[in-house]
Amino acid sequence: MSALFPLVVEAAKTTRRGKVLAGPVDLRFEAEGTTVVIGPNGAGKTSLLRMLHGTARLSGGRISWACGTEEARHHQAFVFQRPIMLRRSVEENLIYPLRIRGIDRAEAREKAHQWAQRVGLAGMMDRAAPSLSGGEQQKLALARALITDPKVVFLDEPCASLDGRAMREIEEVLMTARTGGTRLIMSTHDMGQARRLADDVIFLLHGKVHECADAANFFLTPRTQQGRAFLRGDIVE
Amino acid sequence: MVDLWSGLSQAFWLVVTLDAELLEIALRSLRVTLSALVVACLIALPLAGLLAVRRFRLRRAVIAMLNALMGLPPVVVGLVVYVFLSRSGPLGVLGLLFTPTAMIIAQVVIIVPLIASIAHQSLRELWQEYHDLLISMNVTQGQKIRTLLWDARRALLTAALAGFGRAIGEVGAIMIVGGNIDHATRVLTTAIALETGKGDFGLALALGFVLIGLAITVNIAIHWLSRTEREGNW
Repeated sequence: MSALFPLVVEAAKTTRRGKVLAGPVDLRFEAEGTTVVIGPNGAGKTSLLRMLHGTARLSGGRISWACGTEEARHHQAFVFQRPIMLRRSVEENLIYPLRIRGIDRAEAREKAHQWAQRVGLAGMMDRAAPSLSGGEQQKLALARALITDPKVVFLDEPCASLDGRAMREIEEVLMTARTGGTRLIMSTHDMGQARRLADDVIFLLHGKVHECADAANFFLTPRTQQGRAFLRGDIVE
Repeated sequence: MVDLWSGLSQAFWLVVTLDAELLEIALRSLRVTLSALVVACLIALPLAGLLAVRRFRLRRAVIAMLNALMGLPPVVVGLVVYVFLSRSGPLGVLGLLFTPTAMIIAQVVIIVPLIASIAHQSLRELWQEYHDLLISMNVTQGQKIRTLLWDARRALLTAALAGFGRAIGEVGAIMIVGGNIDHATRVLTTAIALETGKGDFGLALALGFVLIGLAITVNIAIHWLSRTEREGNW
């Protein structure tokens, strides 16, 4: 398999009914680490992630993976802010992405059990997924995204509206995945989480990349005034 | 009132004594309608799935058409099927007119729009829920449809039962294409029409009660077999 990275984004832009949701942005992603996208509400964090993932239509510019787009799509996964549960059992949800890739049932179930163990859902395999709590649903969504061993995972505020414990469990899974070589690109509102997970930071404002820096540098000495204000907790518009 | 009572008691005795003729036409009713239901579902459900997940140019027109055809007058369907199947018609060589097969064809035509419309309604809602996930997972068109059909199966059951209800109680079309021939194409509804015409209200009512009982039994049986109202609410 050829490498997915570097991912090069050139003047990429996505619009809806004439309104620019995100862009134009120029970015370059290397194969390692965790990129955290931060910014105020409506800055275009979700749109940027969707655009990179390929589920938002590009209205300008280019997004080029090192391999073909089709192959790249095969090695990606996306975790939504509000988890989308298939109306099936937890186990069926976990094996779904494997089954659509043509992996046979026995093998898929074995893998599902490993992952359920890893995210702490082992005792709930037969429960109906939509009846799980918010935290459990998000853990299931995360396991379902990681079960195919994707090269890159996009996470759109995966811990929004979760309490401390669920957040810690999810962050642990993410860090394990990162150590295992999975590229993470996530957005978050939680600056604590951003500091804990980020290797580099993209600060979005009005759909554009306002600042893009190494995490250590950004959190210590943001270059832009808005970046400083945002980190202080001021309202940035 | 006298007629009602005599109808009820006749129905009771017909059922209790397992009247041979009653059994024959009741079973024929079931066979024709269940066959029509299976064929109609095989056409309507994938069609509903396709209409839910695919955006093509005539999609809206097809949906509007299906909705309109839900109210298709059975007599007209019967007439058109008759013309097609009659000796001089385009499918006359098959010799299907006045056979149970002809009745099945007519019922399929009547219930496909009904089942497809109701099924599409629930699949569309499910698709809105699943859309982002399935697009993100990059699943194929066929996999999308299969996923939707499977996860909406309870709602689709309702669609199928609505189709069954319309087909089993239908008389206009099957009277025309079946001909109500004794021991060949006589079913419960056509027999009721015949007995009413002869003035034998007691027997007609008896057959009517049997028909209602049959419809309820089939509904309950299917619900019971598929365990709706038991696990979760889908």
